[in-house]
Amino acid sequence: MSGAALPRARSAETRTAYAFLSPTVLLLGLFVFVPLGWALLISLQHTNGFGEGGFVGLRNYGRLLTDARFWRAAANTVLFTVLVTPLSMLLGLGVALLLDSALPLRALFRSVLILPMAVSGVATALTGLLVFDQDRGIVNAGLRSLGLHAVHWQSGGVAAFVSVVVVTLWWRVGFNMLIYLTGLQALDPLLQEAAALDGAGWWQRLRHVTVPLLAPSTGFLVVINVIYSFQVFDIVFVMTGGGPGDATSVLVTYAYETGFSQRDQGYGAAIGVVLLVLTLAFTAVQWRASRGGDVES
Amino acid sequence: MKALRVVAATLVSAVVAFPLYWMVVVALSSRRELAAGRLRLWPRHLTTDNFHRVAQFPVGTWFGNSVAIALTVAVVTVLCNMLAGYAFAQLRFRGSGVLFVLGLGTLVLPVQVIMVALFRLVTGLGLYGSYWAVILPTSGSAFGMFLARQSIRGIPRDLMDAARLDGADHWRVFWRIVVPLSKPLLAVLFFMSLLQSWNDFAWPLIALKQNELYTLPIGLLYLQGQFGPDYGATMAFALIDVVPMVVVFLVFQRYFVQGFARSGLR
Repeated sequence: MSGAALPRARSAETRTAYAFLSPTVLLLGLFVFVPLGWALLISLQHTNGFGEGGFVGLRNYGRLLTDARFWRAAANTVLFTVLVTPLSMLLGLGVALLLDSALPLRALFRSVLILPMAVSGVATALTGLLVFDQDRGIVNAGLRSLGLHAVHWQSGGVAAFVSVVVVTLWWRVGFNMLIYLTGLQALDPLLQEAAALDGAGWWQRLRHVTVPLLAPSTGFLVVINVIYSFQVFDIVFVMTGGGPGDATSVLVTYAYETGFSQRDQGYGAAIGVVLLVLTLAFTAVQWRASRGGDVES
Repeated sequence: MKALRVVAATLVSAVVAFPLYWMVVVALSSRRELAAGRLRLWPRHLTTDNFHRVAQFPVGTWFGNSVAIALTVAVVTVLCNMLAGYAFAQLRFRGSGVLFVLGLGTLVLPVQVIMVALFRLVTGLGLYGSYWAVILPTSGSAFGMFLARQSIRGIPRDLMDAARLDGADHWRVFWRIVVPLSKPLLAVLFFMSLLQSWNDFAWPLIALKQNELYTLPIGLLYLQGQFGPDYGATMAFALIDVVPMVVVFLVFQRYFVQGFARSGLR
């Protein structure tokens, strides 16, 4: 403000800033950072039920190394992520390109496509079960009427995994579409025209002009989709509970199961910490990769 | 070419809309037809039987819980986000960079990482068994803080500096200038947190143990456990969970779209 920032003016401004930040700092500090530190401590304990446990050092982490169920959940989380991220982005981009053109009823189409975002995860998962029910679901009814075999969407491991992915895509594509649509509408149409004048066809323009220009949206969506996929809970928990067997078990559902159903809290916390480290590592890598200079906003 | 695009857009929309339509059909079909698997794409007999069967559960209480929790979370979150956004946008202070990155960090943290400790904390604070067990841990969400910072930065600096020269302190500038000029932002933040809270599942599942405190998603899961493969009743109740938010979403769509779209402009 007035030129020379006197130390006193600065410290007054700092006090004001902290007053403004106090509700957020209080809520996030107490309900996120305190439990976070506590979770690290719990992960070093052996606990039974809800009582305090004794410290066992890194034994919970050692247990992870030989726990086949943990590795299955980790592998499923990675598989889920590498399926859902590109698929939801490709579908989102496709639909966004469709809606970016002059189209009658465009607003209506857009509304329908983003509508799943308003539906709760539980309702989404239950609707998914309804549609994919292996005995009475409409998907199998459709397959049978086409003379095909019904698929064991609940009792078959691979099929259950596929159904979880499909339902997730239904839920998530709208968001990807919206981000790409926003990106597309910010592009300069002159670039497209220039490329067209140079004789570039639709596919060439898409590949060499549009997609490169959408890189910021793409970078953002990779981060969001990967983080979201690491944390997929509602759909898996309600649709399959991780089953059949551990075919659809992911890290978050396994952490919940150990921490709350089996009340092995120390071990559940250790799984959570691994999840946290994975998320932070990925975020850091992406952050560094995407920082092309702009540090803020 | 244009006709092709319309056909494609119609097909995609139909695929996306179908599960929602099917929910409605199943919710309004009789148990007999459902059990026999004789449903048609375009049903001929509709009944509200499923809604009557659902009514034997405390649906009204759960609905009220969802409304109370989501509204409180939304109001508290908007207030927190606006105040924090103002500090980050307008004030220079020590620790601003660190706090900002820490706030960013909370956005990538899955609740499953902290759930065991958070459960002990909430129990220790005596919040377990009340709405606050859900409201307080979910109200500080940093997501809106970034939107607020970005948006408050867009307010002409002169306006605020002039007020400051007239002797107004930051508190006054915030309430007299920033808040009145931020109505669209307030709506975006409010509706985003409302949606988030209404549909929240993982933490309420842990934090709300008593039946009479359930929100709609938790009640829905409970009901599915009671009715098992009886999809008619489950879908009837799912509609009670879904329809209010879908209506809010459609009516105030531009705020939701802005909120989601702006989350992409880093």
